[in-house]
Amino acid sequence: MDKPFAITLDLGSSLANHTGSWRTSKPVYLDRLPPCNAGCPAGENIQGWLFHAESGDYEQAWRVLTVDNPFPAIMGRVCYHPCESVCNRGKLDSAVGINSVERFLGDEAIKRGWKFDAPAASSGKKVLVVGAGPSGLSAAYHLARSGHSVEIHEAGPLTGGMMRFGIPKYRLPRDVLDAEVQRILNLGVMLKLNTKVANIEDSMRAGNFDAAFLAVGAHIGKRAFIPAGDAARIVDAVSVLRSMEGEDKPMLGRRVVVYGGGNTAIDVARTAKRLGATETIIVYRRTREKMPAHDSEVEEALQEGIMIKWLSTIKQAEEGSLTVEKMKLDDKGFPQPTGEFESIAADSLVLALGQDVDLSLLQGVSGLEIKDGTVQVGSNMMTGHKGIFAGGDMVPSERTVTAGVGHGKKAARHIDSWLLGTTYQSAAKHEPVSFDMLNPWYYTGAPKTMSPMLDVIRRQTSFDEVQGGLDESNALFEARRCLSCGNCFECDNCYGVCPDSAVIKLGPGKRFKFNYDYCKGCGMCVSECPCGAIKMIPEDI
Amino acid sequence: MSFQPIKFYQTGTFTVGNRLLNPENRSVQSHQDRSNAINSGHRACQGCGEALGARYALDAAMEATGSQLIAANATGCLEVFTTPYPESSWQLPWMHSLFGNAAAVATGIAAALKAKGRNGVRVVAQGGDGGTTDIGFACLSGMFERNDDVLYICYDNEAYMNTGVQRSSATPPAARTTTTMPVGLSPGNVFGQGKFVPAIAMAHEIPYVATATVADLHDLEAKVKRAMEFRGARYIHIFVPCPLGWGTASHDTIRIARLAHETGMFPVFEAEHGELISSLPIRRQLPVEEYLKPQKRFAHLFGAKPNLEVIARIQARADRNIQKYGLLQTEVA
Repeated sequence: MDKPFAITLDLGSSLANHTGSWRTSKPVYLDRLPPCNAGCPAGENIQGWLFHAESGDYEQAWRVLTVDNPFPAIMGRVCYHPCESVCNRGKLDSAVGINSVERFLGDEAIKRGWKFDAPAASSGKKVLVVGAGPSGLSAAYHLARSGHSVEIHEAGPLTGGMMRFGIPKYRLPRDVLDAEVQRILNLGVMLKLNTKVANIEDSMRAGNFDAAFLAVGAHIGKRAFIPAGDAARIVDAVSVLRSMEGEDKPMLGRRVVVYGGGNTAIDVARTAKRLGATETIIVYRRTREKMPAHDSEVEEALQEGIMIKWLSTIKQAEEGSLTVEKMKLDDKGFPQPTGEFESIAADSLVLALGQDVDLSLLQGVSGLEIKDGTVQVGSNMMTGHKGIFAGGDMVPSERTVTAGVGHGKKAARHIDSWLLGTTYQSAAKHEPVSFDMLNPWYYTGAPKTMSPMLDVIRRQTSFDEVQGGLDESNALFEARRCLSCGNCFECDNCYGVCPDSAVIKLGPGKRFKFNYDYCKGCGMCVSECPCGAIKMIPEDI
Repeated sequence: MSFQPIKFYQTGTFTVGNRLLNPENRSVQSHQDRSNAINSGHRACQGCGEALGARYALDAAMEATGSQLIAANATGCLEVFTTPYPESSWQLPWMHSLFGNAAAVATGIAAALKAKGRNGVRVVAQGGDGGTTDIGFACLSGMFERNDDVLYICYDNEAYMNTGVQRSSATPPAARTTTTMPVGLSPGNVFGQGKFVPAIAMAHEIPYVATATVADLHDLEAKVKRAMEFRGARYIHIFVPCPLGWGTASHDTIRIARLAHETGMFPVFEAEHGELISSLPIRRQLPVEEYLKPQKRFAHLFGAKPNLEVIARIQARADRNIQKYGLLQTEVA
């Protein structure tokens, strides 16, 4: 005994006491599915790319974004951003401006000339993509990155499909469109313009293609029977928008009436205004609440002086005037005629009543199922004919650019697996994260950054882009408004609030892990995690 | 405000760290190399506020002093759960004392250091509310009066938790403890005169007095660091919820502390030389029911027939704090 007076034991550490044995439930880290990601028709990992944008690493953000979607600059302009409608921040102040940050990243990529990573090693397989619209280009992009040889056959003289021939310039400047399409072609995708596929099986055989992805879109304007005088001028919206890209601009006159209530009706009305119409009226048979056009578009059209006649149908068209019947909604919300008529002056009538698909290239192909004018596809985007896949507006869909891009990506993954003789299994989705799993105390209030808008007078008279973009400083601010729902953003809260120091910090970018030898299972880390990236599970006993 | 609020960086001032901030703007607790003054394996209950508060305070003091720090500890939960002989959780020189004399022991350590000329080594004394506001009060007041160079930290969980939740002079009115059961005409603890030791410390006009809660880490650390900039007697009173004694869920400890501040039940402020110099504003004011309801020690105030009169008296105390310490200011950015 050489210990001091009254000391009989060596000094021990409390580390000998494994308090983890007290636990009945334990915390585990997890990544949950944030609502924005769940709501994106193109399947973007929005929280994932915002994470990089938050730290100012825009190139990495762009790279993560373009894993799913090759068109951030386009998407940041024309997407109706369903992600923002479901954003959890909307319950705190206002949704994160995901769309405007996406646009910033896309524009930054064009400005700085960022290129996609080189494709994977060549697979030796050939895929024919029919149609150079959003869906076809998206599929071509993903297939090319997987190492397949891709050839696009486009019937029209230019790429872009409805992004060029449907969406007006003031929403999507053509230099932006060209830049993002060119970046895809630079991956080695072969493009054949003015090449209409008359019969898909012939084209596949002729070019030795192993698979085909059809995305010809829906570009035949629907007609409605309207009794018309000989001199009445009736055109369809799709043709008007398409001819905007040519030399001869459409002649619509000073008083233009647009018939329909979708986004195309709004686009064509705003285009007519810019072409010099003094009076542009949209005639729609139901009410604003029932209108399929997106509210922001309707609002911008009204700001530009476009008038909308609700609850009206067109009965008769004559030279210089139209006869309109007033409608009223019945109990079921359907418009019913009232027998009240009025006459409105109009130099031309533009029909925007929806579009049909040109299915002629599918003549004689066996196994196909066509329903309501669209091609039916399975969950793997394959038609009833083996090796022929289809997507975009020609299959049942919500017919937006974003949905088309999503179809292209999904089809590309299945085509890739099909070519390799396997079946594509998408990774299991994370469990969703809801607002009540967050601890919003930790987020400070920060209102949404508004993007600049062009003056109304210039909007009415030119095709300049209406919506401006964010600059670097406010794009960074906007990105940092992201709550990072369900995904750790390394705020150190769990590491700090553990009374037992049972959280191990692994260092920047490496997150944390629990030291279950000492974790007593109090659950404080779960309560104080701002973003809901930890949960308690029962302990195995 | 005792610290510079962090302007908007995804989260602001409230999280422990933030990957987007410079390391020097993050809290001491976010550092991988924090001194971890109380090591894992201690025997505090699940979700112990005192274990958390003590680590927060001592890690900040260790950083402020370059780890040149000695602690004296009053008997109480903090001592019992960290130091069952011969095991210890403490990762700094630490001295056991009696229930009532931690302040005097710390005074002695400071005097010895002075005699040895070791001015660079600083001293903290720490204890619970029982060892501070009741049993150790004479020694504490003496230490203040002599202006000994000691930082005394009181971890206030509002009763004698270690011995089985008996009432202390820091127990709030109407709270149930094992010695103030919710029976009779005025159930729970009596509405006494109260004994708010931070105000008594201020009356001694010592260099620095502050209060803090475990819910506001940046504020707590800033106060500990500020305290170490002074020589002489200093006092920090930290509000640490006790899941066992208060009847709260173990995962709610920080939330309860936050509610104590947000309702005005516990004022967070700092004072120098007897003068109030700043208070931490309430961010989103809440009625006291929000604080009382999650705690079983106040359960007798609710139920089928809430005791509105008592709740109103508690609200009046909170309102008085808000008014007295100016807790309703513009929101922290």
